[in-house]
Amino acid sequence: MTEALLQVSDLVKTFGSGEAETRVLRGLSLRMDKGELSALLGPSGSGKSTLLTILGTLMQPTSGSHTMLGVDLTTANDRALTDFRNRHIGFVFQFHNLLPDFTALENVIFPTAVHEGRETAAARARGRDLLGRMGLADRVDFPSTNLSGGQKQRVAVARALMNSPELVLADEPTGNLDRASAIQVMELIGQINRDEGTTFLISTHDEKIAATCRRQIVVGEGVVTG
Amino acid sequence: MLYALKIAFRYLLSSKAQSALLVLGVALGVFIFIFMSALIGGLANFILASIAGDLAHVSIVAEVQDPALLLDQNLGQILLAQEKSALRQAFLRDAAVYVPMIAALPGVVAVSPQITGSGFITRGGQVAQVAINGVEPGKESAIVQLDSYIVAGSVRLGTGLTIIGQTLADDLDLTVGDTIRLDSAQGVNALLTVSGIYKIGQGGFDRATAYVSLDTARTLMALPQGVTRIEIKLSDLMAADATALRITSITGLQAKSWTEQGAQVMSALQAQGQTGLLLKSFAMVSIVIGIASSLLLSTYRRKAEIGIMRAMGASRRFVVFVFVSQGALVGLLGGLLGAGLGYIVLQAFPPRDAAHPSVMPIDIHEGAFGLAVLLTVTIATLAAILPARAAARVDPVTAIGQ
Repeated sequence: MTEALLQVSDLVKTFGSGEAETRVLRGLSLRMDKGELSALLGPSGSGKSTLLTILGTLMQPTSGSHTMLGVDLTTANDRALTDFRNRHIGFVFQFHNLLPDFTALENVIFPTAVHEGRETAAARARGRDLLGRMGLADRVDFPSTNLSGGQKQRVAVARALMNSPELVLADEPTGNLDRASAIQVMELIGQINRDEGTTFLISTHDEKIAATCRRQIVVGEGVVTG
Repeated sequence: MLYALKIAFRYLLSSKAQSALLVLGVALGVFIFIFMSALIGGLANFILASIAGDLAHVSIVAEVQDPALLLDQNLGQILLAQEKSALRQAFLRDAAVYVPMIAALPGVVAVSPQITGSGFITRGGQVAQVAINGVEPGKESAIVQLDSYIVAGSVRLGTGLTIIGQTLADDLDLTVGDTIRLDSAQGVNALLTVSGIYKIGQGGFDRATAYVSLDTARTLMALPQGVTRIEIKLSDLMAADATALRITSITGLQAKSWTEQGAQVMSALQAQGQTGLLLKSFAMVSIVIGIASSLLLSTYRRKAEIGIMRAMGASRRFVVFVFVSQGALVGLLGGLLGAGLGYIVLQAFPPRDAAHPSVMPIDIHEGAFGLAVLLTVTIATLAAILPARAAARVDPVTAIGQ
């Protein structure tokens, strides 16, 4: 049996209170194993982004349990969650969200540098290697603002992989890219998943992108429906 | 935290114009602080030097002591009463013992035993009342800088010589080398030669003080031993109170600090110092407001970036450090720039020793450059704490969503 990477049970998340209360997740349960390449599907407002946010430890659920790598993350404090996120989880956002005052390489090595308190030669070497694998070896020292949309998203993927995380959460990573760039990014993700066994959970509306993943998780009305 | 410092630098450099304006604002505040320090300090030194420069910083004056009553007044009848005599002279009998002891105290620059009294100068048919001041030859300038005020003749005193003020010399039509007769209140007289004429610029002094040697004064005042007062000059006139207390405790003599007589001057200087402190505080407050508001704006502008950093594993402490470092860097750069500017501008003013009433007595040594920079870095760092805490509280989910 494959080892579980993460497990959430009866996850509930509400926003607001009283009459304005909105229940986004309504007892959602999900298990992901190591090495999975999964697509997270569902209509807008179904709770996909909220689920990704909770799995990424950026938000705590209202109730329910959330464990990853055997750690109970629902009871951890902000410092512990920040450290856990830094070491075990990578993010790729729809709008790349690179730091505008940094170069491509500086963006990539940020997760390591912030953990170690300085930019080490080893971190720079790994950053260059990752950018090379993303086909951006000639853009290493480019300011991030001078890169194209597809290049920025590939830098974001490299950044997500910098600390060799067990899980990468991608929220519409191709939603803002043209078809060619989108395919290129998904091929890269697939390759890393195969080569390094990194688990990916990719939120998408795009059926074709979802079809490139080995598992499709469908969310509707705040629960997993398929 | 080197990495946080690098990011702080990067943020400052990314908005060059805004950062330059901020640093300039801080530098201006520091310049005002330094200028005010130099002005207030220089003014205080100038006033003190003008007022207290020629004063004895500590004085020991002999006091007439009434003879002790051997019997309680209630136990008997008064058979004989003696009225106090105006001519009875008090003196410090053991001055010769105390003078070396006082001279050995730390901070004491000069000790001048003196015999003083009153008398009349007569020349031909003209008579002028004077204060007779007997000082040790060689110590004529120990208290009053007499050598710097001499306009004719020499400052040296000796047997049969006297130094008088310019006004008195003019009144009696005297010049150096002329002979006068000096009668003391004790009824003793001496013929003296005018060896020097001084001009201090104070009417009373220039008109009514005659300096003679200690021996001449001893004869005139009929004082075979002791002196009537001891005047002491200190290296730091603000140490006068403490030194006076120390002299009293060592010798048992009533030593008085110049500040007892100069209380009004001291309170005026204190008021002036407080005004300066208030103005300097305003300069510092303006720095705090400038840095805090600028960094708050930066926090707001960089909300999304802070969110990304937090999502990538940057702790709240790291974010706080980035923004506090920005404040400290602005404070350091502005402080150094302001201090440099202050140094250059203050060079244009005459040095401490050359200060005179026609120009502002600004003293570059009172500029408090180090304090200004240290204080600026400290308050700039403190001013950055509020924006930094606001930055650390940014919710990454909301910030990234923006």
